[in-house]
Amino acid sequence: MVSSPQPEVVAHSKQAAGPLLSIRKVAKSFGQHNVLRDISLDIAEGEFLTILGESGSGKTTLLRIIAGFESATSGEIWMGGERLDPLPPYRRRVNTVFQNYALFPHLTVEQNVGYGLRIAKLPKDEIASRVEQALTLMKLTAYAQYKPSRISGGQQQRVALARALVNRPRMLLLDEPLSALDANLRRQMQVELKSLQREVGISFVFVTHDQEEAMVMSDRIALLRLGELEQVASPREIYSHPATAYTAQFIGHTNLLRGEVKDGVARCGSLSWRTGLRDGPGLFSLRPENVRIGTGTTDGVAVRFRGRMLRQAFHGATELLQIECADGLVLSVRAASRQSWQGELELEFSPADAVPVRESQERN
Amino acid sequence: MSSGGPVRGSRWLPCHSIAVFAFLYLPIVTLIVYSFNGTGVGGFPPRNLTLGWYRVLFADEAIWASVVNSLLVAAAAVVIALTFGIPAALALDRADFPGKVLFRRLVLLPLILPGIITGLSLLMLFRAVEVRLSLTTIILGHGTALISVATTEVFAGLQKLDRAQEEASLDLGANYWQTFLRVTLPNLRLSIIGAALLIFTLSMDEIAVSFFLIGRDNTLPLEIWGRLRRGITPEINAVSSIIFIFSLAAIVAWYRLRAQAEGQPEIAAELVETAAQGERA
Amino acid sequence: MFSRAYRAAITLPPLLWVAIFLLIPYLLLFCYSFWSVSPSQEIVHSWTLGNYNELLTKRVYLQTLFRSMWIAARVTILSLLLGYPLAYYLSFHAGKRKDLLYQLVIIPLWVSYLVRAYAWKTILGSDGVLNTLLQYVHLTKQPLEFLLYSPFAVVLTLTHIYTSFTFLPIYASLEHVPRNLVEASHDLGASPFQTFWRVIFPLSIPGVLAGATFAFVLSLGDFLAPLLLGGPSGIMISNIVVSLFGAAYNWPLGAAISLCMLVLVITLLFFSERLEKKWSFR
Repeated sequence: MVSSPQPEVVAHSKQAAGPLLSIRKVAKSFGQHNVLRDISLDIAEGEFLTILGESGSGKTTLLRIIAGFESATSGEIWMGGERLDPLPPYRRRVNTVFQNYALFPHLTVEQNVGYGLRIAKLPKDEIASRVEQALTLMKLTAYAQYKPSRISGGQQQRVALARALVNRPRMLLLDEPLSALDANLRRQMQVELKSLQREVGISFVFVTHDQEEAMVMSDRIALLRLGELEQVASPREIYSHPATAYTAQFIGHTNLLRGEVKDGVARCGSLSWRTGLRDGPGLFSLRPENVRIGTGTTDGVAVRFRGRMLRQAFHGATELLQIECADGLVLSVRAASRQSWQGELELEFSPADAVPVRESQERN
Repeated sequence: MSSGGPVRGSRWLPCHSIAVFAFLYLPIVTLIVYSFNGTGVGGFPPRNLTLGWYRVLFADEAIWASVVNSLLVAAAAVVIALTFGIPAALALDRADFPGKVLFRRLVLLPLILPGIITGLSLLMLFRAVEVRLSLTTIILGHGTALISVATTEVFAGLQKLDRAQEEASLDLGANYWQTFLRVTLPNLRLSIIGAALLIFTLSMDEIAVSFFLIGRDNTLPLEIWGRLRRGITPEINAVSSIIFIFSLAAIVAWYRLRAQAEGQPEIAAELVETAAQGERA
Repeated sequence: MFSRAYRAAITLPPLLWVAIFLLIPYLLLFCYSFWSVSPSQEIVHSWTLGNYNELLTKRVYLQTLFRSMWIAARVTILSLLLGYPLAYYLSFHAGKRKDLLYQLVIIPLWVSYLVRAYAWKTILGSDGVLNTLLQYVHLTKQPLEFLLYSPFAVVLTLTHIYTSFTFLPIYASLEHVPRNLVEASHDLGASPFQTFWRVIFPLSIPGVLAGATFAFVLSLGDFLAPLLLGGPSGIMISNIVVSLFGAAYNWPLGAAISLCMLVLVITLLFFSERLEKKWSFR
């Protein structure tokens, strides 16, 4: 559909050293309720950024502010060197894919997709050819004359995508577009959306509460908690080096070990290991897959300990075991399937896998 | 709904709305004001403000007789309309029978058909079976015309009814009658009361059907109508103002009822929506 | 799901009532329209097309019918012009006051029709409020005669009655327009006016059709307003029917006119419903 990006987009990415979208100290309150506090975030050209968070975190509000359906209480948004926030939605070069698709029920698929182009008063043949390209890209050509009520949820979602992308926006906003789909279709669409973004080459800002989805699709994840950014990093980075306890627990499973660091030794309950951290209270994130059963390694610095099997849960590819340690601490341990464990076990992990994390800030 | 992205409405819209409200209310307000006017129905500005016309009204026996008649007729009409309208709504909602489509059309026809047609066709019926015209025939006429109101209101209430409740009742051992009495009817309570209020009010104001079926006793609208033929007196303004007050009370009551029935789920739905959009609590 | 006794209980009583008090009377209406009245004021039960012949040949009937339809058309258009923007304002711009304003629109509906028609009579008369007001502020010297006892008065009064009627279904259909469609339209570059014209209005057409049908049919068959306010030039078809059942004693002719009105109404309803379905997207 878009074989080459529009000239001005190309010019921008070549000349402008800065980000495509710059959110500067944006805050939003509804009455007394502070939904967003002091958000500053830059979004680069051509990147796939996911805003991840629980309900109530403010993620949808942030997206709506970028789209123009809400105005920020304070702060600014800049796009390509100009201020975006004073503009109404119909003057922003940004398009949205809505959570329930928001397709116009009285228009056919073809008319839905061409809506923005007709508003822009483009010549009829250009509209026709661009719409046809978009429909082909989204594999919707067969449904062009159908009304939205006659096509499936997955197809409606493609129409919503086509309708947004056909306008060649500088950035595409997606508000939990996959949440209405069932699990298998969802996984399939995740892969498709990712390759679509690569092909089209524009920035996608994706909102979701599903951390697995975020990890699969994103170049970067912006984790939002109670209106503030908890961490912004690539999926691998945020997974292996979570900054806070909340991040560690929200993204993937983890064990939180609480203890103390003194004289170069971290002590959490009955577990201890050498560390270069300064003295003080210690909080560590230990992923279940990093705890190994048996003491097979010859790794000298591994932390070895004993534990008793409490529960084992089958998760298809892996087993998740609950192990009780000497001092009553219960750890989750991930093991390969096809075996069942009983009784007392020998376990170990590398100190490097006990990632130090911060306590999350209290917010009111 | 968006709480305020930078999209504004235009200014003429609220002005137009104010103008329409003025148009809707000015005649009524004028009527009330002039019911206190000492010098009669017309003339601007109103002078000699007085309660005299209300005094005349309260002494007017014919009017009171017609009020009593109207109340009787309205009450009876409510009974008839509900007795036949509730089963009709149930039948339309749940049962399949031959002639259902014709039945539905017939039941709802009096709503949109000019009242005089319903009135005069009933007149023909009574003439054919040689029944004398009286309050009874008026009652039968009102009941027939207003069954459609009962049916529509109760039908709407049935749509909101959760079928699972009735199924649960059957599952727990109650038969259809018990389920109807213990589950269906209580859930329809608000629809039925709302319908009753509406039917009562419409009956009190009914002229078209009553016109043809009247015997010796007048209903209130027909009594007023008779006087209007003979000439206008401000006494009529007075009675009109009182009718307005009662209508107002009825509609406020009806609205409160509605809000009670729809309010909870409606408010809840709104909360869910705003929660999804703005992420409030 | 239901037992036969239950089904019988809910279908038979209303069916019986409707058969006795609606179906049979309409059938009688049908029969009467083919009978005639003798000079001695007796109903002659021999079948004839005389009444219909009279309706088609005597000019007064068709004239009155067309005048009634013209009045009804004006009332419908005016009610829509008043009612639609009001409904739109309440639905999309009224915010917190929506509920209260809605109640305010409904209240006049509940006030007696007779009262409201009477109110206009007192306002529009040559000694009425409007004329004396205009003279009081020296805008006119003489009372304006056309205000009362004219089609103008009938149109004005009926518009007053039916604006709230047209408001209701339009408001309901506007409320059903999902708000995210409005946002999607803005998102795709359409201004608020373009959004109204391309998205909101098309989706509200069923409501407009329902309101218009209601207003048209009910004004067409109205007899009270013309009788109170219409004067000789404002007579409508229902007035003729009423007099045929009264002083001008000719039930069969009255029945014939009524049957024609019945058929007209049913036809209008039929087409209106078809159109509504065509414009309804669920």
